Amino acid sequence: MEHIVIIGNGISGITAARHVRKLSDHKITVISAETDHFFSRTALMYIYMGHMKYEHTKPYEDWFWEKNRIELKRGYVERVNTNAKLLTFVGGETMPYDKLVLATGSTPNKFGWPGQELKGVQGLYSYQDLQMMEANTKNIQRAVVVGGGLIGIEMAEMLLSRNIPVTFLVRENSFWNNVLPKEESEMINRHIREHHVDLRLAAELDEIIGDENGGVKGVRTKTGEEIACQFVGLTVGVSPNVNFLRDSGVELNRGVLVDEFLQTNIADVYAAGDCAEFRKPNGERRPIEQVWYTGRMMGETLARTLCGRQTAYQPGHWFNSAKFFDIEYQTYGWVWPQAKDTEGDFYWEEAGGKICLRLRWDKASRKLTGVNNFGFRLRHHAFDKWFDEGRTVDYVLEHLRDANFDPELYKTHETAILEQFNRENGTSLRLKKKSWKRILDFVS
Amino acid sequence: MQKDANLSIANPHPKDADVWQKLGLAIAGVGLLVLFLSWGNVPIPAAMGLTIALVGIIGGTTLYAYRLYMRQPAGIKNNGVWFKSLINRGALGWIAGIILTGFYVLLYWYPEYIGYKPNGANEGFVALFDPLSQFFKGKPASQWFLYGTLYTVSILALGIKFLFKYRHNSYQLKRTVSVIIAQLFLAYLVPEILEGLNYNGQTIDGHGIYYDADIKNVWPLDYDFFYGYHLDAMQQEAYQPVGVLYLIIGIAMFLLVTPILTYYVGKRWYCSWVCGCGGLAETAGDPFRHLSSKKLSAWKLERWLIHGVMVFVFVMTAATVYGYFWNTGEVFGLNIYNTFQKPYGFLIGATFSGVIGVGFYPMLGNRVWCRFGCPMAGYMGIIQRFKSRFRITTNGGQCISCGNCSTYCEQGIDVRAYAQKGQNIVRASCVGCGICSAVCPRGVLKLENGPEEKRHDLPPIIIGNKSVELQD
Repeated sequence: MEHIVIIGNGISGITAARHVRKLSDHKITVISAETDHFFSRTALMYIYMGHMKYEHTKPYEDWFWEKNRIELKRGYVERVNTNAKLLTFVGGETMPYDKLVLATGSTPNKFGWPGQELKGVQGLYSYQDLQMMEANTKNIQRAVVVGGGLIGIEMAEMLLSRNIPVTFLVRENSFWNNVLPKEESEMINRHIREHHVDLRLAAELDEIIGDENGGVKGVRTKTGEEIACQFVGLTVGVSPNVNFLRDSGVELNRGVLVDEFLQTNIADVYAAGDCAEFRKPNGERRPIEQVWYTGRMMGETLARTLCGRQTAYQPGHWFNSAKFFDIEYQTYGWVWPQAKDTEGDFYWEEAGGKICLRLRWDKASRKLTGVNNFGFRLRHHAFDKWFDEGRTVDYVLEHLRDANFDPELYKTHETAILEQFNRENGTSLRLKKKSWKRILDFVS
Repeated sequence: MQKDANLSIANPHPKDADVWQKLGLAIAGVGLLVLFLSWGNVPIPAAMGLTIALVGIIGGTTLYAYRLYMRQPAGIKNNGVWFKSLINRGALGWIAGIILTGFYVLLYWYPEYIGYKPNGANEGFVALFDPLSQFFKGKPASQWFLYGTLYTVSILALGIKFLFKYRHNSYQLKRTVSVIIAQLFLAYLVPEILEGLNYNGQTIDGHGIYYDADIKNVWPLDYDFFYGYHLDAMQQEAYQPVGVLYLIIGIAMFLLVTPILTYYVGKRWYCSWVCGCGGLAETAGDPFRHLSSKKLSAWKLERWLIHGVMVFVFVMTAATVYGYFWNTGEVFGLNIYNTFQKPYGFLIGATFSGVIGVGFYPMLGNRVWCRFGCPMAGYMGIIQRFKSRFRITTNGGQCISCGNCSTYCEQGIDVRAYAQKGQNIVRASCVGCGICSAVCPRGVLKLENGPEEKRHDLPPIIIGNKSVELQD
């Protein structure tokens, strides 16, 4: 029986711990400086908005850990001695390990703006950040959110839920357009404004202006405009939380460098989740994947290796999801902001401007390569299987009813989508009726 | 550089109550005030007072809800749910709970304190409802007429509010229109009109002869359906052919309609589309849905309680039917009324379903009765769990474990526990309200009816991860 120590109780670390327990009898310790128990980081926004309390964001009841013999240790690891296989906590306490998993997540980026250390300036990643945001946004008149990505728009939504007016500074000339194609990005621009957010596109932060008490009194943009505010949310991405490993001998770049088995340069030391950086990225994937789902999959994979079944991380077809205020987003496969020369492109948008679908396919083989859907839901299993089977865009469209995942009794869009596709592409595709037989076959 | 108009200057606080919302609240408040004043025997002319009360509550709530929700983009409206005193077990919640509970205690056991005078003119609260009762059936109101009217008004007014709140969700709209219509017509207007037409509720040979003319109030929820007085009333000559029709429908409902529909669509056809208890829970009770306990221990308690009540009602009814046909009044030497009917009526019929079931909305959530007590829900739950096409499908690997589904499940199902494993939710207690699917921010949950094959499958691993899949 080995002692497996996991630093970080987020989705990667906890998934690894749970699966190690399923596969073995090893002693497991999970260390966290953040909270006593695992909670869903993606749900932090809902605590601030009053949809849930912290306790609701915990996926397992507190008795779960003892029952499954997963020991929880609250503390901050200051030093990792990989020769002696010993961790040292702040305060001097030590803990030996046989195998070590680094699953320490990220910290919000700050790019050296003047005033970024003022009180009232912060990112949003940890539970402590949320508590800080609670204190920092008490009785304020306006907030500025900097950065046009997923956390930025969530922060804007959070602030609005407390009736705090928000100015949203986005460096790009359309929201998240380094990921989303033009039409989708513009749809979200419109929706942000529908919620009365003061959205400033192509606007860059230059300086955060402090008041006499060390708090924020405003920001200045690159064009010299000053915006009065008492809170600045910095949501310009996150970086692996690895500073405590600088002298450990574990090889770092931006994150902890790992091979396909999530193994570092040092024997018995592994990394998973946000903090891991692949030496060789997987296909089109980025070397650092900062997504809930990939964190979970790395945890699942690593548990096997830890239990003696050396297993390479081989994520399947890319998928992701988000929600921009009221508009849900799902994506399967790869949809680049601009279609590659080899790719066909189709975009359909409903008249109301809140529902859309984009398909990309390989022109030569007509095989589907990616889908974006906003404002309606599609079945993950359908697309996963269709990619596996190399289905063409034509096949996918004809069977689109099988993939519909909207609630029952909703208005459906398949007919409108096919009509437009046929019109634009000179095809004569016909919609097939929904088939439960095919749907059940997706899962097997 | 592109410069955008600062829209927020035009409307910086979209969620602050505007003058119309305040007016709506004031009108509804006046309606409620009239009810309280009449209770205190303030001499308000009943016809005018009742009109002000009912129109005020319905109209004021509608105006308020219209302004509240239509000023915001359509979408989930749970901001601040856990900050509000009324719906977060705060002081207002306790006050509401005590008032509701107190009202039920008076209604069931001390109706004279709300003005019901069976041997003389009604007073106060009940008297306020006399004109409407006279209109329907030419006799003064009872406490039950008052209750039925207020119950229907609550479902109507707060159902309309719910429709505005969920205007983006077609499933919620249709379901809610259905419960409102079911309550308004099947439970309220049709029975009252039947009485007006002398098909029910007459005094014959000095006895009030009455049967329950709400066809959707199905045994075993309607536990006294087989009581002697009830069976006799339905066979009363003066009530034919309506009485026997109700008898036949009543038997067909639990014997045929319930198992067949529950097989095809799950128990939701009843619990969240037509049932009166469900109707109140889904409309007036909607703001309290997050208060249900999601603990494993609560689920364990639930299974004992709901099935215990179900066995109780089966035994009680068996004894009742035996007593009716063999005219014994006793079974195995036990007095049927004292041993079975009276305890059931007091403990379950009144205390559990009424006092606790609704009175405790602000403490335990809006489905306490449906989850822990209702024998009809227990009966359909067994069908739903073992022989039904209904399930909530999980969308592959898209769950982010956020917890919104579990938090807003009024039945206390830990939906997330299934969703994060990629497993379908097949649970006896699910009433199919569809709110888990509505609040999910990632499009993970879908209520649907499909083949029983693979309904219960637990995938070995969530999809999306070939590293693990390949080796299994």
